[in-house]
Amino acid sequence: MPGILTYALHYEGAINKNSLGAVSEAAKLSKELGSQCDVVVLGGDDLSEELCQSLGGYGAQTVYRVKGPEGLAQPVVDAMAKIMEDQGHDYALFGGGLLGFEIGAGLAARLRAGVTMEVTEVRVEDGKLAAERPILQDSMISTSRYENRGIIIGRLNAFEASEPDGSSATVQDVEVQFSEFSTKATMIERGEQRGADVNIEDADFLVAGGRGLGKPEGFQLAEDLADALGGAVAATRAVVDAGWYPYAAQIGQTGKTVAPKLYLAAGISGAIQHKVGMQSSENIVAINKDANAPIFEFSDLGVVGDLNKILPKLTEAVKAKKAG
Amino acid sequence: MKICVLVKEVPDAAVEKRIDPSTGRLDRSGERNLNPYDTHAIEAAMQIREGGSDVEEIVAVTMGPESAVRALHKAVSLGADRSVHLSDDSLAGSDVAATGYALAKTLQRESPDLVLLGQQSDDGECYTIGAVVADHLQMPSLTQVIKLDVEDGAKLRCERQAEYGYDTVSVEMPAVISVGDAINEPRYPSLKAIMGAKKKPLDAVAAGDVGIESDHVGEAGSQVQCGDFKPPPEKAGGEIIEDEDTDETVEKIVAWLDERKLL
Ligand SMILES: Cc1cc2nc3c(=O)[nH]c(=O)nc-3n(C[C@H](O)[C@H](O)[C@H](O)COP(=O)(O)OP(=O)(O)OC[C@H]3O[C@@H](n4cnc5c(N)ncnc54)[C@H](O)[C@@H]3O)c2cc1C
Ligand SMILES: Nc1ncnc2c1ncn2[C@@H]1O[C@H](COP(=O)(O)O)[C@@H](O)[C@H]1O
Repeated sequence: MPGILTYALHYEGAINKNSLGAVSEAAKLSKELGSQCDVVVLGGDDLSEELCQSLGGYGAQTVYRVKGPEGLAQPVVDAMAKIMEDQGHDYALFGGGLLGFEIGAGLAARLRAGVTMEVTEVRVEDGKLAAERPILQDSMISTSRYENRGIIIGRLNAFEASEPDGSSATVQDVEVQFSEFSTKATMIERGEQRGADVNIEDADFLVAGGRGLGKPEGFQLAEDLADALGGAVAATRAVVDAGWYPYAAQIGQTGKTVAPKLYLAAGISGAIQHKVGMQSSENIVAINKDANAPIFEFSDLGVVGDLNKILPKLTEAVKAKKAG
Repeated sequence: MKICVLVKEVPDAAVEKRIDPSTGRLDRSGERNLNPYDTHAIEAAMQIREGGSDVEEIVAVTMGPESAVRALHKAVSLGADRSVHLSDDSLAGSDVAATGYALAKTLQRESPDLVLLGQQSDDGECYTIGAVVADHLQMPSLTQVIKLDVEDGAKLRCERQAEYGYDTVSVEMPAVISVGDAINEPRYPSLKAIMGAKKKPLDAVAAGDVGIESDHVGEAGSQVQCGDFKPPPEKAGGEIIEDEDTDETVEKIVAWLDERKLL
């Protein structure tokens, strides 16, 4: 029976939310295909029977549990390639996340399969999967179809986790001989939190700052406005990686997903990996000096101008309005 | 240590990219340039050399049509010692897996200790070539690296942001590393370097020269078909304010927010 194999990432005893989305999506699609959805997990003793079985609630049938290092892609490629070949899965599907890109690409190379990334929709057509992905900075959508095996890597939040129905998956331990090169990368430290522990998820008003703030001190402008609005400050990966603002404030693919009442972006270009974390905000306002910045394509109010001129006056005007 | 840097020629960011409906491929006419993300990979190689590691050679490698030579010249002006250009009609229409395979074959001939590449190509936006190349070369690999240090000349200490925060990973060389754009601030080439770039050795190779199996590449060797190009669902365009008089601009923003009961 052909089927879909997915990978579930876990950390500190919990399965990743994007992985649960992938399992749910694969379960839905495999039902339409008349096949089954199975899952691979890699880790140590933290992969309890119970945790693995719980994937059944999202539609997984067999959970293949492999002893191995968690958080690195290549050992997972070894495991998934072996299981796909032994069991005859036709597709691998991943939720949006960094590791899915690496594993999916490695699998495509190993199995000589077709691969599509940033997928926003998958459907069944004549008994096969077809995947849609936006291309050229989201200005077009293209559909991928696969010659033989297909590897589908979702965009962040593209696949939603279903309500678990309490079913339990069969857990099967599998021994995998890792490739020599797969063992040559080793995790020294995982999940380090850099900077202060700020809370942006509960804020109704977010002022988000990007590289356009110019320097770390530029965040003061964002903080002043956030204070006036009664909200919090968020950031892009570019400025977090540069050490200007704490990681806990990052929005996007490898950061948080938010949907506040107001999302005001200052000096943010609007890269896809940022957009996926904030596009469901109720009201999006962007200030950017470049009229061609992609963020203007998905903002409700776009202001073309220099944030250094606009933000201080805006803060004063908001304060005045609230006081009045 | 020998470093190969993968570079790609892409349409200039200022030019509108489009699909040619007759071929279903990216329209390659118009201004083209070195993929900006790849300048970070070249800069990373330069910093390894300048940081005291013994780097014998930095080689820029590309796969692309004739015009891609310009991307190689740019890469050389930024610091590469020489370049390799894989070009062959049979490669046209290769998908991600086929492109990665062809690049891996080309790299094999160079036996690099380290392959560096950019986090994404401006046109393809696949984020994945590195992992494909690494699997074919049987080398460990990591993407999105924003800090890269050579240890004992044989290992790399890499930092990157992953799903749960920052990961620090030790990678034995030979390895394939794709670097994030926060890793460094690429230098500008000097006029002298720009003028001299065309004189540096450029090795033009065809698919057969590097042992590429023709049924693994090009349209025929690609395992995924892309088609049915369509525009995304129409979204009502937002309002735009051009800031000419900032007091007025701010007044308009406040009115807009107030209308939506956000103040
Ligand atoms: C796998 C992967 C995962 C990623 N994950 C994330 C993620 O989780 N979150 C994320 O945010 N990004 C992520 N990225 C990075 C993303 O692609 C972008 O690089 C990043 O979002 C850009 O940040 P930015 O908008 O601050 O910077 P830039 O793209 O440099 O934009 C700065 C903007 O500021 C404007 N500007 C400059 N000066 C001024 C001024 N004085 N006034 C007004 N405007 C000004 C400029 O016009 C420009 O548009 C990821 C990338 C990859 C490949
Ligand atoms: N045709 C190519 N020739 C050389 N390098 C490439 C090519 N395509 C992609 N790359 C490299 O792979 C990186 C990631 O590209 P992509 O996976 O297409 O987003 C780019 O930054 C380049 O370094």
